[in-house]
Amino acid sequence: MNTQFDVLIIGAGVVGSAAARELARYQLKIGVLEKTPDVCCGTSARNSGVLHAGFNNKPGTLMARFCVEGNAGFDKLAEELDIPYRRTGKLVVGFTEEDRVRLEAMKELGDRNGTPGLEIVDKAFIKEKAPHVDGEFALWSPSTAVLNPFQYTIGLAENAAKNGVQFFFNHEVTEIVDDGSLYTVTAGGEVFTSRWIVNCAGLGSARIAELLGIPGYTIYPCKGEYFLLDKRVGDMLPLPVYPVPNPKAGGLGIHLTPSVDGNVLVGPSSEYLDDPDDYAATQTTMDMLIEDGSRIFPHLKREYFIRNFAGIRPKLASKEEGGFHDFVIERRDDLAPRAVNLVGIESPGLTSAVPISREIVRLIREKEELIPNPDFDPIRRRTPSFWDKSPEEQAKLIEENPDYGEIVCRCETITKAEVLAAIRNPLGVHTVTGVKYRCRTMMGRCQGGYCQTRVTEMIMQETGCSREEVCYSRDGAYLFTGEVRKG
Amino acid sequence: MNTMQRQVVIIGGGPAGLAAAAALHDSGIRDILILEREPRLGGILNQCIHDGFGLTRFGETMSGPEYAQRFINLVLDKGIEYITNCTVINVTPERMITAASADGLLRISADAVILTMGCRERPRGALSTPGDRPAGVFTAGVAQSYINLKNTAVGKRVVILGSGDIGMIMARRLTLEGAKVEAVFELQPYPSGLPRNIEQCLNDYGIPLFLSHTVTRITGRERLESVTVSQVDEKLRPIPGTEKVWPCDTLILSVGLIPENELSLQAGVQLDPRTKGAVVDEQYQTSTPGVFAAGNVLHVHDLVDFVSLEAEKLAKAVCRYLSGETEDCGITVETDGSVGYTVPQKISGKQDVTLSFRPRRPMRNVVFSVLQGEHCIAKKTVRKALPAEMLHVQIPASAFVSGESVKVVCEDA
Amino acid sequence: MHKTYTCIVCPNGCEIDVEYENGQLLACSGNLCKRGAEYVAQELRDPRRTIASCVLVEGGELPLVSVRLTKPVPRDRIFDVMALIHALKLQAPVAAGTVVVTDILGLGSDLVATRTVREA
Repeated sequence: MNTQFDVLIIGAGVVGSAAARELARYQLKIGVLEKTPDVCCGTSARNSGVLHAGFNNKPGTLMARFCVEGNAGFDKLAEELDIPYRRTGKLVVGFTEEDRVRLEAMKELGDRNGTPGLEIVDKAFIKEKAPHVDGEFALWSPSTAVLNPFQYTIGLAENAAKNGVQFFFNHEVTEIVDDGSLYTVTAGGEVFTSRWIVNCAGLGSARIAELLGIPGYTIYPCKGEYFLLDKRVGDMLPLPVYPVPNPKAGGLGIHLTPSVDGNVLVGPSSEYLDDPDDYAATQTTMDMLIEDGSRIFPHLKREYFIRNFAGIRPKLASKEEGGFHDFVIERRDDLAPRAVNLVGIESPGLTSAVPISREIVRLIREKEELIPNPDFDPIRRRTPSFWDKSPEEQAKLIEENPDYGEIVCRCETITKAEVLAAIRNPLGVHTVTGVKYRCRTMMGRCQGGYCQTRVTEMIMQETGCSREEVCYSRDGAYLFTGEVRKG
Repeated sequence: MNTMQRQVVIIGGGPAGLAAAAALHDSGIRDILILEREPRLGGILNQCIHDGFGLTRFGETMSGPEYAQRFINLVLDKGIEYITNCTVINVTPERMITAASADGLLRISADAVILTMGCRERPRGALSTPGDRPAGVFTAGVAQSYINLKNTAVGKRVVILGSGDIGMIMARRLTLEGAKVEAVFELQPYPSGLPRNIEQCLNDYGIPLFLSHTVTRITGRERLESVTVSQVDEKLRPIPGTEKVWPCDTLILSVGLIPENELSLQAGVQLDPRTKGAVVDEQYQTSTPGVFAAGNVLHVHDLVDFVSLEAEKLAKAVCRYLSGETEDCGITVETDGSVGYTVPQKISGKQDVTLSFRPRRPMRNVVFSVLQGEHCIAKKTVRKALPAEMLHVQIPASAFVSGESVKVVCEDA
Repeated sequence: MHKTYTCIVCPNGCEIDVEYENGQLLACSGNLCKRGAEYVAQELRDPRRTIASCVLVEGGELPLVSVRLTKPVPRDRIFDVMALIHALKLQAPVAAGTVVVTDILGLGSDLVATRTVREA
């Protein structure tokens, strides 16, 4: 294997994947080193899936600028990469006069940042947009959207791979040595060399910065827990509804967000951690989510819960300090002149990923000329899904490929054709969650009760792996201990 | 797209669907089509390899596959048409069915639709157990399918949460296969499965059952490493200070079954929040005319024998419906706090009817009476009533005194 | 001496109060039918169980065929029976009802296939 690169990106989250794709527009040999077995295994997948509009950020910050740019450019991106999303708009609901003052301040921030169409609206407007939501008045943001964060990151990464980027999964970076012209990187026990390094390591970004010789950063991991609700609730919540945020909090407050697929998310909490890998759910937080969520959406019932999960924000602002620090996106000519160092890319990182990737390119271009890649193809297509088609289209899909006639996942109506395509994904990911993220099997209300045995069997058949090698989400997460009867 | 018109379409070729088909055929109905999503008929019984089925229906005990085969043979012998590998994806209130198979999309307009889709397991997410999300947490039915059908071993050191019958049967099955089953924990102060399964699946193998206990934390970043178990109080809340860590690589959940009514909802069928199945009248007809339901899709049964018997009764009612005989079922069946629900929920008062129900808590030496106004129109005395066991009480047509609603109540015997 | 048994013969699961001496049943109550009395007498003398399991099948549509014992065997011999089952291997097709092992371990019970496994 040729392990010499022009650019090595560390981290295959949404920012690393966007950077890979953006850099693939130039004649560069690019590699991505990712410690987990798939793209979007960390913060990029574990969030509200909201394309923000830019009214929560201080004017003049990179956060404000990139968020507004990322939102404005998303239609084109989504079309190129076939990313499911909906421009639902969003309501930030208030109840008290104090809330109203804060909402007006947010509107003013947004207006200064260039967020389009913000309005303070009355109760009647809320009831018209979301009849089941409580609130006396609200800030209405028409450009906010919901998106599928898995498809977003996977789309960016698959398109990068299509344009020649190499992805290395289960490759955690342990050492970086700079000889003045070339970096030597040890990852997953292998050695890579590269002229440039881009640190997109999210929760690990301070550690990677230190390996690059840029000390002084601390990431404060801040956990956000969520509940995922059954699609039955989906019709009751057509758009994201947020409370007025507490400016000292590390997040935007417990909100309710419809997923692009019709579920509802409740969350996230905000809890600072010592351990950046602690995704555990806690009873007190879950109780709090229900209480806070019920305030704006009184229809929250336990029988609608289908799972809970947590994401972790890589914050530069400590618990004591609260609030947000701006993104750090830098080239430190004094310490690491051929590295682009990104630290503290938290919300609105999902929205800002593409503008951030352009900033990465700009910082590299300041030092060297980049030659456009004439073969760059910006288009990526998802395997067509079955559930959202008309009967006529469904009949046609089955006629063309009989595997579309075999329903593997009953809850989400996912067919064998889609599961096979997910297993045969261009990034070569073979985990069970990799299949879940790509085609949504096991994501419905039975959580794999019906399809899990089929999906794991198909993974074994397609990849030729043994039972013991079937991996749930990451290295060591084996699902099976072997055969019941040995042949 | 293939379009057809059929007299009766049965959705689901498990024990309920097969029994309904055979009984319809016996009643002279010939235009029947069974749609089954699996490659073979028989439903969940195919993975229930243990013994103990059939005593009520056939007077002898047998394994799940054998019980299923009895009905499959009936269906084959009678030449009843069925399609396997065919998943119904939509049913309209007008009884237009859309089904997908590798052969194409099928649209069937039916005079009567019989819903026999069975039930599914309550997943972990519905419990919201605190802790990590490692591999090694399985519902009992999924583990059963892996072990009995896929030749796949799920773990070596096992804790079971929930004392449902499948959980206990899996405790025995895993033990026989060499796994160490540490314990079964049940949230309620009483077991949710049958006494004989406690005896032959747990006690025989020295597996302890802890009542009023639940898993309060799941630990393990990759594969499960341990669960923390706490005692709970009368309100089922964990008692601080009672936590105990049980090292294990596998957690099996047997925490309840839920009727699978996605298609029923599409068909506009009204569901009973207590059973999570359809509200039916004594004809097993749902709120959507011409749409009937029986078996575990209607309410979760304790024994497959009762599933078959219910489906056979449904078949007779469907025959009457097809010949244009209808009864107005204006009598609603109410319950006091001792009974969780009844099926059917609506009756005519003009025919003999059997009410099926479950007690909400274990009781001894009690009488369940069916009252209509002041009159007791039927009663059943039981020495031992358990939530794990369904009870049945017959009301003869002659017993009804009016068209008023009836109420099932429980008193000490 | 007194003891309470839970009968496993049928789903009723009767609780049977038993009076016995030297492994012999003297009297019992609580059983709804006579099979309950037979069960406790047998339990006192020599507890027996049937088991169900799976046997490996080569060349079949399924990797395993389900099997069960036709008669109960002594409870303390169950793991011996399992060891034997572990070592078995069949060739598809296997028809439901096929006797896989006759008189298993000389215990007077046969091991039979409870389903049909066709050739792949």
